[in-house]
Amino acid sequence: MARMTMIQAIRSAMDNAMERDDNVVVFGEDVGYFGGVFRCTEGLQKKYGKQRCFDSPINESGIVGSAIGMAAYGLRPCVEIQFADYVMPAFDQISQEASRIRYRSAGDFTTPMVVRMPTGGGIFGGQTHSQSPEAIFAHVSGIKTVVPSNPYDAKGLLIASIEDDDPVMFLEPKRLYNGPFDGHHDRPVTPWSKHDLGEVPEGHYTVPLGKAAIRREGAEVTVLAYGTMVYVAEAAAAETGIDAEIIDLRTILPLDLETIEASVKKTGRCVIVHEATKTCGFGAELMSVVMEGCFYHLEAPVIRVTGYDTPYPHAHEWEYFPGPARVGKALKKVMEAA
Amino acid sequence: MSEPKPLSLYVPEPEFRPGDKPDFSNVPIPKAGSVRKPEIDVEAQDIHDLAYSIIRVMNHDGEAVGPWAGLLSDDEVKRGLEDMLRVRAFDSRMLKAQRQGKTSFYMQALGEEAIACAFARALRPGDMNFPTYRQQGLLLSSDYPMVDMMNQIYSNAADPLKGRQLPIMYSSKQHGFFTISGNLATQFIQGVGWAMASAIKGDDKIATSWIGDGSTAESDFHAAMVFASTYRAPVVLNIVNNQWAISTFQGIARGKAATFAARGLGFGIPSLRVDGNDYLAVYAVAKWATDRARAGLGPTLIEYVTYRAGAHSTSDDPSAYRPKEEFDAWPLGDPVKRLKDYLIKRGAWSEALHVQANEILEAEVAEAQRQAVKNGTLHDGPHSSARTMFEDVYKDMPEHLVRQRQEAGV
Repeated sequence: MARMTMIQAIRSAMDNAMERDDNVVVFGEDVGYFGGVFRCTEGLQKKYGKQRCFDSPINESGIVGSAIGMAAYGLRPCVEIQFADYVMPAFDQISQEASRIRYRSAGDFTTPMVVRMPTGGGIFGGQTHSQSPEAIFAHVSGIKTVVPSNPYDAKGLLIASIEDDDPVMFLEPKRLYNGPFDGHHDRPVTPWSKHDLGEVPEGHYTVPLGKAAIRREGAEVTVLAYGTMVYVAEAAAAETGIDAEIIDLRTILPLDLETIEASVKKTGRCVIVHEATKTCGFGAELMSVVMEGCFYHLEAPVIRVTGYDTPYPHAHEWEYFPGPARVGKALKKVMEAA
Repeated sequence: MSEPKPLSLYVPEPEFRPGDKPDFSNVPIPKAGSVRKPEIDVEAQDIHDLAYSIIRVMNHDGEAVGPWAGLLSDDEVKRGLEDMLRVRAFDSRMLKAQRQGKTSFYMQALGEEAIACAFARALRPGDMNFPTYRQQGLLLSSDYPMVDMMNQIYSNAADPLKGRQLPIMYSSKQHGFFTISGNLATQFIQGVGWAMASAIKGDDKIATSWIGDGSTAESDFHAAMVFASTYRAPVVLNIVNNQWAISTFQGIARGKAATFAARGLGFGIPSLRVDGNDYLAVYAVAKWATDRARAGLGPTLIEYVTYRAGAHSTSDDPSAYRPKEEFDAWPLGDPVKRLKDYLIKRGAWSEALHVQANEILEAEVAEAQRQAVKNGTLHDGPHSSARTMFEDVYKDMPEHLVRQRQEAGV
């Protein structure tokens, strides 16, 4: 075991995958010689050569489109989009191509590939370096969408994604790269070296896609969260003293319906937290899942705590970011109801 | 200086609209055999002229002339003619089948059969085409079963694609035919990626990407050009310029003085412009470009100058936007007639043999249709089980789809 940051864990996942399978290739903007703007691919070109880890032109549709062709050939591309905000030019290739190659060819062609992208705010990135587009991907049938929340999961989920035979969107909460961030931006950052989930095996292992993790067992209210919001929820539970059961979804799609339904049926209350905008955000889907599966077990209306339906602001980052105070307020509100 | 005029947006118009008498005498058509043939290791900068001219092999007298001639034996050319006749017979029957309500939609390749049929002969097993919807000639020049194409068109119980795709959006890995999208231009960059993979693996397979004149305006055309040139991908980039993108003429996708082939020059990609209705010329440039790709010399861009003689699809009525007489006036003629004249001039073919070949092919198509109809048609069925609708979305069906399938009761 080693202590790793999320960046090191992601790099270790690609290193392991490339070592085990010659068909794994890694490319994207600045990922080759330089090792990526967040350093996730540092050293991979030197170790595996330019044919397997290289810089790409600044063309996201080209990155994903060429990866589709490579995957159809038999490779397993793991490409990087520099920021999730930049993925939109590739959306056609993701949502109508990669996602449907297996379906439209009746399994004759398949496109096993991973599209990695740093997501979320909290780093003063402004409106084009802070967005969380997971709900847009979750709306598309034929792709899987993963959001890890810690180094151990990031490595295990990324290896599982690379080995998966379907296309996977892998969203890395960039505010978590160097430590678990609970939304208290005015306090010193806790490094991963001081967190249990910063313990990462050097070798190969996987964390299964489609399985949520219960980060904190509790009896009074279920909190559905993923990525950075897992730590915000933990802080809110600690600060309010409410016995919340905090579920880290890990995979947005396919969703772990059983874990969600079992927890809400147990607690009878539910708060949904995400950083993305509210309207048609993934919380809307989670709310529907809870209504469809757990309505008669509910003791209070389900509440969403999310980013506002505005572009991600620069100066007002902390007013926008759903921090522990807002989540704590929601927890109290569901506890006061009925 | 005169007083500046207010600005005005220039919106190009085709020369002829319905009611006009089309006259292409002002279109420069170089003489057959007049365009030089460079070595395959040439640099793009040394063959700029080839992107602005038209490589032609067959002259008006039905003779093959010039440096691009002489690659195919008479038997090979006869096979090429039969391939084109097969496409024409297939198209004609499927067009009728759509009119008879056996399916929802069809797209024919009338007038541009030479391009896919001749190109197919320059490829090897293992190579991969990333086609558009008008390259049925690639499959019909191979041993892909015609009846499976019809099963797909009818979306019937034997459709290899289980009724999931619009008619003619075929897919066959074994026959080097990548699943057709329907979204334009997306395949152009995918073919480049496939070719990059072959190079990464140190294999000897090559890819071809196909696109129409109108779709070169898409961003993915640019993506493909950037990636192909940057990584010297072993790919042939084919632009079929059939003059019309549904109702918009090719001038809506490019400036008047430019050619589609010339787009390759800015990327340093050797670029050729060829008479797309000249089977021998198409084969010659296809051979040149595929040889380059196989030799590790990188991509080639080819513009095929042709004419879409039929409607865009069965949902289109070209009489609403272009003169009916345009194809007859088109200076590059009919690819089938031109190759037939060439073979007759060689003494290798005759009118009687031509009639006979057509009859045999029409019978072949009719027989395939009888077989396909037995498997069902779109409106009357039978189709694949509705249960298959939920399959192949993912390799393994996730819980939410299992629940939806149960809800659907299939």
